[in-house]
Amino acid sequence: MSRIAQRFEQLAEQGRKALIPYVVAGDPGVAVTVPLMHALVEAGADVIELGVPFSDPMSEGPTIQLAHERALANKVRLRDALNMVREFRTRDGDTPVLLMGYANPVERMGYAAFADAASAAGVDALLTVDIPPEEVAAVNAELRRVGMDNIFLIAPTTPVERMGLITAQASGFIYYVALKGVTGAGHLDTADVAAQLARIRETTGLPLAVGFGIKDAASARAVADVAEGVVVGSALVQRLAESAQNGHSDAQTIAHAVELLAQIRRGIDGVPS
Amino acid sequence: MTSELNDNLFDSVPDAEGRFGVYGGKFVAETLMSALAELERLYRRLSVDAEFQAELDADLAHYVGRPSPLYHAQRWTAKVGGAQLYLKREDLNHTGAHKVNNTIGQALLAKHMGKQRVIAETGAGQHGVATATIAARLGLKCQVYMGEEDVRRQALNVYRMKLLGAEVIPVTSGSKTLKDAMNEAMRDWVTNVDDTFYIIGTVAGPHPYPELVRDFQCVIGREARAQSLAQTGRLPDALVACVGGGSNAIGLFHPFLKDDSVAMYGVEAGGHGLATGEHAAPLTAGTPGVLHGNRTYLMQDEDGQILHTHSVSAGLDYPGVGPEHAWLKDIGRVNYVVADDDEALEAFHTLTRVEGIMPALESSHALAYAAKLAAQMRPDQQIVVNLSGRGDKDIHTVAAIDGIAF
Repeated sequence: MSRIAQRFEQLAEQGRKALIPYVVAGDPGVAVTVPLMHALVEAGADVIELGVPFSDPMSEGPTIQLAHERALANKVRLRDALNMVREFRTRDGDTPVLLMGYANPVERMGYAAFADAASAAGVDALLTVDIPPEEVAAVNAELRRVGMDNIFLIAPTTPVERMGLITAQASGFIYYVALKGVTGAGHLDTADVAAQLARIRETTGLPLAVGFGIKDAASARAVADVAEGVVVGSALVQRLAESAQNGHSDAQTIAHAVELLAQIRRGIDGVPS
Repeated sequence: MTSELNDNLFDSVPDAEGRFGVYGGKFVAETLMSALAELERLYRRLSVDAEFQAELDADLAHYVGRPSPLYHAQRWTAKVGGAQLYLKREDLNHTGAHKVNNTIGQALLAKHMGKQRVIAETGAGQHGVATATIAARLGLKCQVYMGEEDVRRQALNVYRMKLLGAEVIPVTSGSKTLKDAMNEAMRDWVTNVDDTFYIIGTVAGPHPYPELVRDFQCVIGREARAQSLAQTGRLPDALVACVGGGSNAIGLFHPFLKDDSVAMYGVEAGGHGLATGEHAAPLTAGTPGVLHGNRTYLMQDEDGQILHTHSVSAGLDYPGVGPEHAWLKDIGRVNYVVADDDEALEAFHTLTRVEGIMPALESSHALAYAAKLAAQMRPDQQIVVNLSGRGDKDIHTVAAIDGIAF
């Protein structure tokens, strides 16, 4: 069983929901990422979603676009992100790590070479925004060969008849995009999310995580009521950006971001803050 | 042309998944997949619908002014010495370029889908102007994304779009040029997919765009083929067109693909020269990858990051190219070559002086290569060059290079 499947199983036994923070590798500084990953785990993260910097992050709103630009300015590329995971694994063998990014860096490395390198580094899964199930066969074959999960997005616009096509290719969990738009946008309609999750559950027994539009403890709590996992990205990345702008030390930057994650953890667990 | 390539080959692409060999496809976020499927279903129906085709043809005739002439450039031919040079005059279309052939087609699709808002990306501004034009005519709301750098370089077209009632949104992310405008248009589409039609300006993007844009632009090659036969009694020996995303080139080439005797040359932007790395020639100097919804040749580094491009012409300043061109390169049907900034500028001045036709800087790349090619051919041979747009929009760029301030 994969680390991700195992983690969701443990959480289900405990009656808890997964908290999945997203940060971009190398943002705001190269030395921040690995200590930040450990700090996120200490603050209650169950799965780490590590963004792979790309020059053309088409599905990202302004906050995460800028994070990609900062990371690229720091010369962080796919191979560097893999090295960060390798370093993270020297102290944490349990927390699943998912790489999230765009097709081209993986294409350029080659699917087989990527699968080998990612699996050797201790990466558990890949989520590529722009490889839909119609295009995924070749990359999935390589991921399966090394025992990695492939995480797929399902959107509010995904018709019911497509859901089965997606869930048949997916493993680990399903990532439901809570709104039409880019990361960090808009306002979350929880009733809408609940209705769509119910439709997805008719096609799969995989755990469902929800992302896009979750900004604070209250929105995380609302989503946790209907899903197995909550993804927090832009709100966290915004905190990192603020720290970088204010010239904070790496330790201060990490503390500022982790403070938000801890609040969200308490929100999800129903602990008053 | 190798004889083992049979006619069926060219009709076999794209396949049902939108692939041209290994290129093309649909590499987009899940949110857009159902919109692409809906567009494909509608296009399958309307592309064989006589009423839709009649509506399109009427617009091409009475609004765009088609057919565009095939003009024998005799003074230019004499100056170059060699093959006879013919110009396919897309510069004479309404709005001054081939772009309108496609925006009319897509805007009619938008109308049939009941979408009240269209968006577009633009580099030089020609596609933006063509989109704003047809939006004005059909009464659609129009927003055009344009890199901040291009907004500065192409102030005249920005103002034209505003006059036409479109809103021009400067894009400040990334390299602030065409590729970033396309990213931003995709972000808009993903957010407003219910009421918005994205009018892509070239034969790139996710399936079915490369196919439908090609089909709308094929009017160029169909006319050129018939005009060659009517005016000269035979087919040309060679076709030459510039390639950025590649819509004017595919429009000229496609109706001739099965004519084995017709050689084809797609001319990419050599910028400051291939050796400098400052160019926009992915087919000549790039490698395959995935960007903006399709697999194709890209300008990218060894880590798969997209590189900045350079060309004197904003319309060729793009790091990718349509997937059908990638396929045509690999099977060897079309030769992809380059002309650099200086060669294009020289061709701009030459055509203006000897024929009284001021070409767009994009088209000037095709002219520059055609002159070189013609000089190596016999006077009884013929070349058709796609004069894809007129050069009025480039006067400020040319003047600045010549050290003239207005």
